[in-house]
Amino acid sequence: MRASRSMLYIPGDSPKMIQNSPYFGADSILLDLEDAIAMAEKDSARRVVSTFLRNFDFGDLTVIVRINGADTEFFEDDIKEIIPCRPYAVRIPKCSSPEDVLLADRKIAECERRNGIPVGTVKIHAMIETALGLERAFAIASACPRVGALTIGGQDFTADMGVQKTKEGTELFYARCRIVAAAHAAGVEAYDTVWADIDDPEGLYKESKEIVTLGFTGKACIHPSQIEMIHKAFQPSEKELRKAVKIVTAAEEAERNGKGVIAVDGKMVDAPIVARSQHLLELAKMYGMEVAQI
Amino acid sequence: MKLLRTASAGKDDSGDCLVTVSPAEGVSLDYRGANREIFAQRTRNLVEEVLKEKSVDGAAVVIDDHGAIKITIRARLETALERAAKEGAGA
Repeated sequence: MRASRSMLYIPGDSPKMIQNSPYFGADSILLDLEDAIAMAEKDSARRVVSTFLRNFDFGDLTVIVRINGADTEFFEDDIKEIIPCRPYAVRIPKCSSPEDVLLADRKIAECERRNGIPVGTVKIHAMIETALGLERAFAIASACPRVGALTIGGQDFTADMGVQKTKEGTELFYARCRIVAAAHAAGVEAYDTVWADIDDPEGLYKESKEIVTLGFTGKACIHPSQIEMIHKAFQPSEKELRKAVKIVTAAEEAERNGKGVIAVDGKMVDAPIVARSQHLLELAKMYGMEVAQI
Repeated sequence: MKLLRTASAGKDDSGDCLVTVSPAEGVSLDYRGANREIFAQRTRNLVEEVLKEKSVDGAAVVIDDHGAIKITIRARLETALERAAKEGAGA
């Protein structure tokens, strides 16, 4: 999968938005069957999503579906209908323990087997939305190989903590740091929560820069107009790219020569730094930046 | 699949459609919308295909089309049929 800087939430019962989704410019979309859908319309939204997944050409878009939680009557039906359509991943809300993930993993695996799909095809993106979930973030991220990402649900998390979600985001600082570290330790991606004010693009840009600095791999958004700001925040600078090119070139040369340790500009470089440099070069390609010219 | 009651699915929004199905003898289609003449045959073929897949012999189908693509009409029709056939559901 290519890097997903932006993940655009689209309500599952909005066929017009779904059919237009390849033109918004997001790296990935999250078709929502949970909070965006009224109880009486869950069946209808689920059918819209599954029918689009089976019949619509999403092009390069990575498609993820947020299903309803295991504590709801919709969870099993969501899995039965969505998994056979092979979305890239399903986002599981309110994961508070590894058991929540393992339950979803078991149900998804059963469904994959019934439908002749290789087990593990559909990834899990685990949403951390409670203090308990945060305390168990690493255990959740490493619960099974199917987990591909941790995500933070800012509204529910602050509600669980009994605090206000603010634009400054002080109340989420610890949670963000903890989730990024847990995701990194488990070798999975980390996606940030949405910026709710669509009329404040500067605020979105500032927050996006901050979460890039913390180490998030992407950020969810709720409106197509927010995609540009998120991508802008993830754009590597020329200085960063110059360094990344040096590191990746040195790493490739060391590998050819059978050397395990490399140094760039007199500083030791280890595997995570090489991986980050490779990621930056991959990002640069997404912006059409000519790395060879740097 | 046997239809037990009238049921609807979808919305009057642009790019969507509102599908209503009712139990009936045989199949009828009332297709409404600004572009109904252009899409009449496409929609009739789709309705017949879905009814056949679901083994529905009798249904009165009304589609208010607001510019929905085939995928959307199929999804809304399938949901309306399943709602109409659901045991114990309200009217």
